[in-house]
Amino acid sequence: MSAVSRERYSYQITPIGDQSISIEFGAVIDVEINRLVCALARRIESAALAGVVDVLPSFSAVGVHYLAAEVPTGPGERVHAAITRRLRGLVEALESESQAATRTVEIPVCYGGEHGPDLEEAAQACSLSAQRLVDLHTRAPLRVFMIGFTPGHPYIGLLDEQLDLPRRASPRTVVPAGSVAIANRQSVIYPLATPGGWHLIGRTPLRLFDAQREQPCLLQPGDEIRFRAVSGAEFDAWPQAAVRIEESAS
Amino acid sequence: MSLEVIKPGLFSVFQDLGRHGAQKLGVPASGAMDELAHRLANLAVGNAENEATLEIMLMGPTLRFNRPATIALAGADLGATLNEQPLALLAPIAVPAGAVLQFAKRKTGLRAYLAVAGGFGLPSLLGSTSTYVRGGFGGFQGRALRKGDVLNLPCRAERAALPPASAAALRLLRSLAQPDAAEPLRLVTGREWKYFSVVAQKLLLSTGYRVGPQSDRMGYRLEGPPLERACTGDILSSAVAFGTMQVPPNGMPIVLMADRQASGGYPRIAQVASVDLPRLAQVMPGETVHFSLISLNQAEELLLERGRTLGALREALDIKWK
Repeated sequence: MSAVSRERYSYQITPIGDQSISIEFGAVIDVEINRLVCALARRIESAALAGVVDVLPSFSAVGVHYLAAEVPTGPGERVHAAITRRLRGLVEALESESQAATRTVEIPVCYGGEHGPDLEEAAQACSLSAQRLVDLHTRAPLRVFMIGFTPGHPYIGLLDEQLDLPRRASPRTVVPAGSVAIANRQSVIYPLATPGGWHLIGRTPLRLFDAQREQPCLLQPGDEIRFRAVSGAEFDAWPQAAVRIEESAS
Repeated sequence: MSLEVIKPGLFSVFQDLGRHGAQKLGVPASGAMDELAHRLANLAVGNAENEATLEIMLMGPTLRFNRPATIALAGADLGATLNEQPLALLAPIAVPAGAVLQFAKRKTGLRAYLAVAGGFGLPSLLGSTSTYVRGGFGGFQGRALRKGDVLNLPCRAERAALPPASAAALRLLRSLAQPDAAEPLRLVTGREWKYFSVVAQKLLLSTGYRVGPQSDRMGYRLEGPPLERACTGDILSSAVAFGTMQVPPNGMPIVLMADRQASGGYPRIAQVASVDLPRLAQVMPGETVHFSLISLNQAEELLLERGRTLGALREALDIKWK
């Protein structure tokens, strides 16, 4: 499908205080809705509305931060009314919009062992063998729904129904950078050593965030992800520059 | 041509008006906690308002200027002295080479802002010089100042002494710099206001909440009567803003501040009006805050009025830049 069908979804524009606003398409995690959200976020960014400083796609909403003093208003018009009016115009114009090229990023992962200390336990909780869990995690192409929590931290899904686990009862105080984890039919990758409550099934040698890189974040919302199992030896010898990214117009 | 850190102080970090445009990549906006004081410090020395200032918390650093400079302080009164002479806030001060700036005892507020005419010459990362300590980037080496740090101030032509500010400018400066600290902080209802019981809504607006000891640049953790939800169920993680008051399952509200995460998944009961965020940023852990509710229109009008006063100040100071 090359067009995102906005008409099929109702939306709501709601202020979040006096300098932010949210455009919401329900409260579900759904690939089609997220595709719409990412397309809308791109559209809002490229419209470069006066006063808008940040546009954030999340699972099913786009957050827009603006500087109230810099938003042009009509006579007697409130700032939030003016920004709502412009955003509504962009949402309404979205239906014929074609999607931007999809990037596919391959993420090498060394599963289990020291890199994925929760793999066996998570597999048992899903009534699967560890190998079967890895097969399911690497099988289908997945989607980056949003980036959040820490710089460059992706929420990736939706995983196979058999990989539906709640988060760990007690979060770890420190998770090593690069850890690949699952919960709630999603996968995350921890870019920095931070606390974390998801099940650690493996680790990638890729650096998801590096402030000194020209593009500090490896992934973007809307990217397609393919996890690929690699051995411990491959993990140890992985050259940082070796990231496989393919761009394709869809 | 340098600035030398003799003592680092408790927590001194460089901040500007924030790192905008990268929140979609999970990069916090950061920036000055008290944006107004930051702007006033810059205005007082003739800088652009987005120039970095040093945000100084509670116990200030001891700094030696190894060259002449023009500086100004705004925000909290942390007992600043220059060569042991008390230093006025909100006024450009000529600093001779070799002079030592230090801080004694806090009098009011929590965060002071130090501006140097011409700036600190910090590198910009993702469009900002703000320090994000948790991520280890921005500002000076991505961290708070340490003893022995030496900053090379930009070798700009020494700024001619600023003309004394007019009476009108001084009046505007003082009116902006002295918000009524005793007034309640103004809130507008949050996205999930209605997820909370009427009792919780009333508690928030009638009870004082203590700013907890774990409060920092990321968030202010409030302590008081827990805020009960009227309905259960999760919400999806989505955008949050500076001043978003979210309520985790324990019912204790957290107000998200400058180093907040870009998104959050707890219900947002309220939003601190942007115009009152500078006041909140000056509240010390252990102090109690009160809240009142205003409409979104009122919050917007108060903010625009603040903007107009700042505009009038710029005019009165006769500072022109692009």
